[in-house]
Amino acid sequence: MTTPRSLFAKIWDQHVITEREGEALLYIDRNLVHDGSFHAFTQLAREGRKVRKPRQTFATADHYLPTVGRSRGLASITDPEMRGMVDLLEHNTRENDILHLGIDDPRQGIIHVIGPELGLTQPGLTITCGDSHTSTHGALGALAFGVGASQLKQILATQCLWQKKAKTLRVVIDGVLNPGVGAKDVILAIIAKIGTAGATSHSIEYAGSTIRAMSMAGRLTICNMSIEAGARAGMVAPDDTTFEFLAGREFSPKHEEWDRALEWWCTLPSDDGAAFDSEVSLDAAALEPTVTWGTTPEEALPVTARIPCASDLAGPDKQAHAAEALRYMGLTPGTPLTEIPIDRAFIGTCTNGRIEDLRAAAAILRGRKIVVPGWISPGSTPVKRQAEAEGLDRIFTEAGFEWRDSGCSSCAAMNGDTVPAGMRCASTSNRNFEGRQGKGARTHLMSPAMVAAAAVTGRITDVRTLLRS
Amino acid sequence: MTPFTRLTAVAAPLDIANLDTDKLIPARFLRKLRSADAGYDPWLFYDMRFDGEGRERPEFILNQPQYRNAQILVADLNFGCGSSREGAVYALMDYGFRAVIAASFGDIHYANEIQNGMLPVTLPQQTCKALRDQLRARPGAELSIDLESQIVTDTLSKTHRFDIDAVYKERLLRGLDEVAMVLQHLPEIEAFEKRHHEAHRWLT
Repeated sequence: MTTPRSLFAKIWDQHVITEREGEALLYIDRNLVHDGSFHAFTQLAREGRKVRKPRQTFATADHYLPTVGRSRGLASITDPEMRGMVDLLEHNTRENDILHLGIDDPRQGIIHVIGPELGLTQPGLTITCGDSHTSTHGALGALAFGVGASQLKQILATQCLWQKKAKTLRVVIDGVLNPGVGAKDVILAIIAKIGTAGATSHSIEYAGSTIRAMSMAGRLTICNMSIEAGARAGMVAPDDTTFEFLAGREFSPKHEEWDRALEWWCTLPSDDGAAFDSEVSLDAAALEPTVTWGTTPEEALPVTARIPCASDLAGPDKQAHAAEALRYMGLTPGTPLTEIPIDRAFIGTCTNGRIEDLRAAAAILRGRKIVVPGWISPGSTPVKRQAEAEGLDRIFTEAGFEWRDSGCSSCAAMNGDTVPAGMRCASTSNRNFEGRQGKGARTHLMSPAMVAAAAVTGRITDVRTLLRS
Repeated sequence: MTPFTRLTAVAAPLDIANLDTDKLIPARFLRKLRSADAGYDPWLFYDMRFDGEGRERPEFILNQPQYRNAQILVADLNFGCGSSREGAVYALMDYGFRAVIAASFGDIHYANEIQNGMLPVTLPQQTCKALRDQLRARPGAELSIDLESQIVTDTLSKTHRFDIDAVYKERLLRGLDEVAMVLQHLPEIEAFEKRHHEAHRWLT
């Protein structure tokens, strides 16, 4: 009998070309690039190298695109440096014969939203991208991880990457989530539990009945933030939810190829008895809507809690970090989270920019008005069109939200969609680091429904008080 | 890539755990092109180094005269967590840093340092703290790092052995070009590719 293997180990083993001293030469099935990937192309050109397998790399512009007034294409980007980034991607992909879904393409979107949407992301594949949130794609049972510019250059030049095998961590979440509690709350609770370095050097597999019952959108949200726990990759075993999601998508296998793929995909889930280097479990029923109060994603609490004193935290490191975070965030210990006023609301990103996320926000916003400025930037142009077909855009605009175009927008704020200094933003993004949404900006991470609720009341709000029966 | 063998240089202590790459280089500078005469050094630690008017904050460690030529940074836990931006390493290197000593690193940032010939040294958290205390007691003091023997020598001449994977060590010592290292295996890659794509035809 063969040794039981994990999902991670199976994909790893199937992609190892050769090994040496603790490292493997790993074959990369699909590589994704965006408008922040220019250093890799510059280095490649400087070394006089070409892209070895152009048909295995796919590109879209997301980081530097404006989220309003895009009708004039590239000319709509007024900042010359930002336009230069988008232009450079177009140039680099044309020179290297790479499929590029640019500013005008109806399939454009945030790379981690369109990968699954186009069916590029599939179970069993190795997927890389020059972005830390590449972990998102693991939701479909792929091994997907972010790389820096030099490693991206290596992949472009060779379609391979020297990699040290990660350790494995299984996070098991069992039970039924309560109304108003969703995938974002699950992942924030996991990060709060294990810490931002809790999964460093590990690949996480999310398992358990809660994950099995979860939609693909929810799984994508959870895998997306694996990097916020330090993990390079996060993954979920493929199942019927995965297969139903993939059927009929542009790059999904068709006809008899689908049958062959399905047969292979069904062999991928971790075997019973597969060993993991560590394991963590979580009770879904005990989770509440969760919000960050500090400047690292682990500084998160249930919305019913109060701002902690730095001395409440475990150990001098966390205490020192919390003291600085409270200063930066302008918060007083003992304040109930639900008494914290917000200045802005932002819904979108590779974490929470999918149609299900927008539906969850719309369910709260229907017939209500927001009292602070709010932006919604759908995760992709197809998500935007779908939301419009469902009439969600009208719910948002009638509530007072700005209905914008798709891009990374105010998550990384690289396109100029910044939150002004000192302002407090309820955000569906993934990082609450100092200055992340703009210099001096204060970010509270939460789910789309929670952002919608905060926008309606003007303060952090327990969305359960606004749920309709 | 410039090989890294040994280095004796001024070291700057930075008492911040979870120092994320947004702090190392704020995202708004990532659209800068980088060339031989336009490095990323101006953007390193930008919002910690400079105030709203672009003036140096005198309290920030690298703005103090004794540390201006620092080539070694001594940090704490989880250095370089967050985004995959290699600009964080470019900023450190263009400023003059050749090595970072920390209790742990973000995985992607660690790989990015190696890729650029910069040495990430992992030492226990207590040791990192002791080194920072020494450096604060004697501003401008030097540390020595010998990669071959995997030893850091502190300001009191005490030695601290560190671990590093053999492959990373070799790559840094010899300044190896990783793409060339991959392409040595081209026949195996092509054979793998043929098998792999025959089994998964829809991927081609």
